[in-house]
Order: sequence, then C-alpha cells, then structure tokens
Amino acid sequence: MVERQKFGNLIPHVILCIGVLIVAFPIYIAFVASTQDTATIANGQMSLWPGPHFLDTYYRTIFVGSSGTTREPVAMMMFNSLVMALMIAVGKIAISIISAFAIVYFRFPFRMSIFWLIFITLMLPVEVRIYPTYKIVAQLHLLDSYAGLSLPLIASATATLLFRQFFMTVPDELLEASRIDGAGPFRFFKDTLLPLSRTNMAALFVILFILGWNQYLWPLLITTRDDMQTIQTGIRKMIASHDALTEWPVVMATAILAMLPPVFIVVAMQKLFVRGLVETEK
Amino acid sequence: MTTRGSMQKQTVFQSRLLPYLLVAPQLAVVLIFFYWPAVQAVIQSFLVQDAFGLSTTFVWFDNYRDLLAEPGYFNAIVRTFVFSFLIALSSLSAALLLAVMADKPLRAGPFYRTMLIWPYAIAPPVVGVLWVFMLNPSLGILAHGLRAMGFDWNPLLDGTQAAGLIILAAAWKQISYNFLFFLAGLQAIPSSVIEAAAIDGARPARRFWTIIFPLLSPTIFFLIVVNIVYAFFDTFGIIDTMTRGGPAKATETLVYKVYQDGLLGGNLGGSAAQSVILMVIVIGLTAIQFRFVERKVNY
Amino acid sequence: MANVVLRNVRKTYPGGVEAIKGVDFEVGDGQFCVLVGPSGCGKSTLLRMVAGLETITGGEIDIGGRVVNEVEPAERDIAMVFQNYALYPHMSVYNNMAYGLRNRGMAKGEIDTRVREAAQILEIMPMLERKPRQLSGGQRQRVAMGRAIVRQPKVFLFDEPLSNLDAKLRIAMRVEIRKLQRRLNTTSIYVTHDQLEAMTLADILVVMNGGLVEQIGNPLEIYKKPATTFVASFIGAPPMNLIPLQGADANLAGAGSGAGILGIRPEDLVIANEPAPPGGVSLDLIVEAIEQVGAETYVYGVRSRQGETPTVSAKPGELPPGEILVRVPGQSGPAIGERIRAVAARDKLHLFSADGRKRVDS
Repeated sequence: MVERQKFGNLIPHVILCIGVLIVAFPIYIAFVASTQDTATIANGQMSLWPGPHFLDTYYRTIFVGSSGTTREPVAMMMFNSLVMALMIAVGKIAISIISAFAIVYFRFPFRMSIFWLIFITLMLPVEVRIYPTYKIVAQLHLLDSYAGLSLPLIASATATLLFRQFFMTVPDELLEASRIDGAGPFRFFKDTLLPLSRTNMAALFVILFILGWNQYLWPLLITTRDDMQTIQTGIRKMIASHDALTEWPVVMATAILAMLPPVFIVVAMQKLFVRGLVETEK
Repeated sequence: MTTRGSMQKQTVFQSRLLPYLLVAPQLAVVLIFFYWPAVQAVIQSFLVQDAFGLSTTFVWFDNYRDLLAEPGYFNAIVRTFVFSFLIALSSLSAALLLAVMADKPLRAGPFYRTMLIWPYAIAPPVVGVLWVFMLNPSLGILAHGLRAMGFDWNPLLDGTQAAGLIILAAAWKQISYNFLFFLAGLQAIPSSVIEAAAIDGARPARRFWTIIFPLLSPTIFFLIVVNIVYAFFDTFGIIDTMTRGGPAKATETLVYKVYQDGLLGGNLGGSAAQSVILMVIVIGLTAIQFRFVERKVNY
Repeated sequence: MANVVLRNVRKTYPGGVEAIKGVDFEVGDGQFCVLVGPSGCGKSTLLRMVAGLETITGGEIDIGGRVVNEVEPAERDIAMVFQNYALYPHMSVYNNMAYGLRNRGMAKGEIDTRVREAAQILEIMPMLERKPRQLSGGQRQRVAMGRAIVRQPKVFLFDEPLSNLDAKLRIAMRVEIRKLQRRLNTTSIYVTHDQLEAMTLADILVVMNGGLVEQIGNPLEIYKKPATTFVASFIGAPPMNLIPLQGADANLAGAGSGAGILGIRPEDLVIANEPAPPGGVSLDLIVEAIEQVGAETYVYGVRSRQGETPTVSAKPGELPPGEILVRVPGQSGPAIGERIRAVAARDKLHLFSADGRKRVDS
C-alpha cells in the first residue's frame, strides 16, 4: 500500500457494500417473494421479510407445476436444462480436444484450411443464423430433441482454440520422450496430454456448463413440446399477460431454482471459473 | 536452431488417416450447423419467393434495399447501437469503480469479490423476470418507491421508460463480468509502477487517471467490444421476458426483430437479409476486437 | 551393447537449410562419445537424428549393425536424457521410470525390480512416489537418468543434460554420469557446448562447427594437436593465442614458412628475460590487464612493436586481435604498463594454414 488514507478504508467499504447491495437486492427480493402467497403479492403488499410459504411454494414449483400456462413441474425443466448443458459442455470439450490434437500434433494436407474453417465459427453466434439453422434442424428431424437442442451450440471454435493454445505450451520434449518410451499417438494423448489438460478441461467445463444452462433463444425456437422445455424458456411462459393471472411466488421460486446450479458452480469453483472465463475470452 | 512455425509442433506424429478422423466430428458439426445455414441465409437473401412459395426469383440486393428503406429496420439499428452504448457505458463505469475499490488490500476482499462475481451465472431471462417483478407498475416493490417519489412510472405504456428498464437490467447483469476483468487487469499492473508514481508526487486521484487508467486501456477496449456484442445478442432473453420488444417496438433490437419477423413468417428473403446484416456486424466487431487484442492498445 | 556408426549423414530442412553437411564417425561399443561445438553447429540435430526424432535426409545411421534410418525411436533401443529432463509432470517418479517399460509390455515384477535397482543406484529411493515438481533440479536430473537406465538400452543419448543445473551441481553430476557410464558400460553419445564437460567426459571427442565435423579423436590428442584454428580456440580455456603470420611476423615461427597462423596456448608462454630457445618464439608485450584467479594469473598484453594492423577478427571465444594472453602460475605477475617478454618453446607451437582450416606442422 502506497499510503495511508485518512479514513482508513472506509470509502472502499462503503462503495463495495453499495455494490453488493445493488447486485444482491433483486435476488433477495426474488427469494422473499417466493416465500409469500400469491394474493399478497398481487395486491402489491409484499413484505420485505421472508414469508411462511417457503416449503409449499417450492414443493409446488418443483413437483407439480404452476396452475397457469405451463403444466410441467420445474423438476422436468431442470432435467432438460441439465441434459442440454451437459451435452453442450461435454460435447464441445470432446470434439474440440481431439481436433486440436490433430491440428497441433499431426501434419496433413488441408490442415490449415480445416483450422480456418473452425476458427471462423468463432465470429458468428447462433443468434445471427437462427432461422436457417432452425430449418436445417427441422429437416434433420431434430426438433424437440436433446440433439437438436445441443448440437448447433456445439459448433464453436473457442474450445478448439483454447486447447490448441495449451498444447502449444506443452514442451516438445514430452512428446519426444513418449516416443522414445514407445508411446504412439493414442497412448501419448491418453497418458500425457489428457492428464495435463485436466485443469483446462475443468475450467472450460465450468464456463460451458453455465453458458449451456443459460441458453434461451435457441431452446425457445427448437422446442414446441412442454415436456422438452428448459427452465429458461419455461419461466417466460409462466408470466401471463395479465398480472393477476401470474403466480409470482412460483415464478420467483423458478427464478431461484434456475440460478441455483450455475451460481453454485461459480461460488464453489471460483478459481476454475475465473480461469475458464479469462481463457475462453482470450 | 530450427525455425518453429507458430501453428504447430516441430515433432509430429506420422499418420495418413488418423488426423482426419480426429477432426471429423467437429468438422461435421461446423459444416452442418454453421456453414450450411450461413450459406443458405446468404443465398436466400438474394431471392424473392412468391406468396404461395411456388417460385423464386433472383433479385440481387433488392431485399437489402427494401430492408434498409423500411423505417422500422433503420430504427432498430439505431436503437440497438444506442442500447449497446448505454449498457456498456453504465456497466463498465460501475464495474470499474467497484474493481478499483476491491483492488485495495481489504480483509473482506475475497467476500466482496465473490458477492460481486456470482450474478454472472444468472441467465438473461431470469434477470428479466427479476427486474420486471421489481418494477412492475402495479405490484413491483421499486415501482412503489418510484411512485412515492412522484415519478409517473409506467413502462408498459411509456417506451422510454421501457428502454430504461432494459438498459438497467442488462447493465446490472454485466457488472460482474466487467468487474472480474477489471480486477484482473488492475492486479496485473505492477505495484512498483504505482509506487514510482507516488514517489513522483502523484496523489491517488491523479495516479488513477495518469497511470492506472492508461495501463488499463487494453482491458477497457476489450470489454467495450465484448459489452457491445453482449448488448446485441444476450439482451434477447431480457427483452423477451420484460417487454417483448414493446411498447410500440420501443425496445425492439436487431436480434429481437429477426426473431419476431421470423416468427411471423412470410418474407423469407428479408429475414435472411437481416441475418446476413447481423453476421456482417458481428464479423466487423470481432475483427476490431482481434486487431486491438493483438496490438494491446498501450504496449 | 552396440556400436554406433554414422556414414555421410546429412540433414537438409524443407526450406533448403543444410543443418548437417555430411558427417562420418564411429562410436565403439561401450565408448563415451561427446559432441561439442558452439550453439547452432548441428550437434543437437545430429543427436536427435540418432534418436529418430529428426528424419535423416542423407547417409546412414547404424546402431549395432542395423541401419536405423527408417526405424521409429521406440524401436531403436536407445534412451535419451533431455536438457529440460522432459519428465511427465503428472506422473510420480516411479511411473516416470516405469512408463517406457509398461509400454513395451514388460511384466510388473520385472519393472519393479528395474525401477528400484535404478533408484538405488541414483539414490532417489525416498522420492519414488513424488511428482517431478516436488523435486530439486539435481533430483529431476537423476530421475531423467533413471528413466534412461531402467530401459537397459543399447545406447544412451544425452542432450546437454547438465546445462540447467548450477555450477557446483554440474560438476558433481558430471563425475557421476561418467562413473555410471563406466559401471554400466553402455555406449553413450553426449551433446554439450561446454568444452570442459567435453574434455572430462569423452573417450572420443567430436568437435563440430557449421554442420561439419572439425576434428575427431581422444580429447587430449585434440588438445595437443588441434586440427584447425576453430578447434584450437574452442578446446582449452582460456583459448589459444592465434597470431597471423604476415609482414613483420612472417618469420616469427622461425620456420620462415610465410603466410599462416601461429597458435600458442596461454599456458605454454613463459615470462622470461632471455631470448627464446632455438626454434621457439619470443613476444615483447606491454601489459594491459591482469586477472587474478587465485591459483594462477592471466596477463593480457599487446605486442609492443608499432605500425602493425591486426588482421584476425575476434570470434566468440577468441581474444581480440593483437592481444596476447599469458597464463602464469600462482599470484606473482608483472604490473600493468610493464614491458615483458613471453617465450614459448619450439614444441609448443601450432602452425595453421592462412585460412585456419588446416594444421601445417607435424
């Protein structure tokens, strides 16, 4: 510290506390609302303290479903979100690590063209090509399927670039030592490269899982059946156009449930998360 | 001793077939779900289909001309950029302030850090739901406050208020992301540089503007681009849950318009042209980002 | 147990750069061969070609009577110790050593015996379960050697294995490597840029420069009779004084042989008052600088004769033109600015052709 401040660290504390309040307030309100009954909230008489309806609201939300526009319990939606997020995260990591392995550790015709083909996908998120992609997924009969939900989102270059970058930092001598030790490409990949990539894979998984879990536009388009909707698309349908019909405690409970898994991951695996975030954005 | 290519190892495995098998899955996904639709969009944007979908004609840039002549589309472009600018500006300044404070050696530093980081994990539609609830004119807790202060709050009818709502919610969500990168950028500045400035007689505020801020400029630039891209695309979930583009299209951004027009069906060529224009904008943004990330504004 | 023969070995990179321009030599069974030369001379490339890590674009490499040009590294029955050790960072010391044996499908019991035996020899028994990052530089070095030993290969290859160690450890490990090699009696090829390491380790020394072999032979023979001025200045420290024989110096060597280069090692020059013995050389010097090393003193002088322009330009490891270095035992020596005479006997002189590529005396 360069110098002492007159008021100690009072100013930073105050500013940070205000920041934390701003960030946390909406979530606190959501939680409080989820523990009160629908009528109180609809009348605009919501209390700022948690109410007595925690258990029955969450039970109803998770296992029964709201009586409004959705008929599905949130447990179902969470399961769909989970499957989609896992497929995206695992799928991306799997296809990326092997293609990066090929690009870095082999020399073959069209290697650079293939690299560029993959690299360019970095530039276009799914949002800009939703309808053409939708048409293709429909032609492939993948609407309302987990494959349709996840495959188009797997097509991205970030993970490939990340692994390529990491492989380039692995000393050449490790490959040479493995070759002298009698390891071919498969053995080298399995015994050396995979174990060394563990942290990178974990960091990437954390980020990709969160991104997958939070997908919205694509699932909205691609799912028509209620039993295929994810929690993010489900929550939108719970808000009826008339305020009076919306069961706000259930909506807020769903919001809390929707943020629970990714927030848990961020808080519990903060180091991996930060690392993954910084690296995927490079 | 030997020249090393930047793209590859010096020693490599020898195999004819294996590398192709290894890239095949990714290549397949990329070709089917990326290039095929992208190419179709480009082709489609040059065609016009008759009302019954029986014949198509090649019309060059007519779809683009029609699109840009449409006042609604032009407004959406302007609106999207205004939104992006305001979201980036408010979120970046709030995050920078917090990061500078959190960079000080406080005992509670890790706590603040965690508390400020985790909203990153909240999905845009959930953010929309949270804020729409708090600011709902009839039952929202913040809306009550606004009314009590004599503010005529009704984003369901007032387009400007609705836009403010979107910008507020979107900026709020992005604070944690920006905070994280600012903090990392601040921690990367060697303390010796700041100490040298202190010895040179620079007071804290001056140190910030003459030393820290310029050294942070690569991070700031990077974040500006990321925030604009975020405002372009990830706000979709916020808009869709909060205002659905209304009232009277006051919150309709480019992506939302693509979605809406596509939902209505009909003009395939125009819809494709919208997609292509979006692609061009994103490619432009990414290119800018690469240029600056490569050159690292300050060093 | 095997010998290694290189026949007109060449390496040309796809861009047309010639790294190895035709190298021939043989390492006999159980011999310790050291490749020495400045960085970029091709010594590492040559070693990696023997290992099979670089392709051979011309000539033949023969290990134990089998031409191995097209043989995979794993099939050549060699083991290699890398400069940065190349230990598998995620494997324990034990697994680092066992990995190559497992890949060859050796029985578990046999692997265990070999690993423990090697660990015993190298005194790394207590570290078998540790990861490489928990080891010191010297211990990593031992593990790298252990990985080579357990394989019981025909040939050991060392690629500057000591250059990442500090000076003290380097000497200790040097001695150990030599002892180990004598004990195992395994044919070894060792690459280094350190001439002291080269001199002390080698049975046969191969001095390389610019992709070519400058001289091959017993280290002491090379020290006594360097074949070129390059070898003369590279082997031996401090380097040999090289004096171009032109103009007034033409008859310096007494032989009156005209143009050429005269070499005298600093340790062969003696400060004396009397003129040189018959056939010897005497140099009149003005002392410019003195370095006290303790056991000996380096005296730097310039020729006191006027009107001469030096023509040999300084290369790395060489003295600046016109400067002569005299190595005097003990701490006694002249003072700066003093005029001295340094003499060398007839049999201490080395004569080279004018381009330095050939030795012209016997």
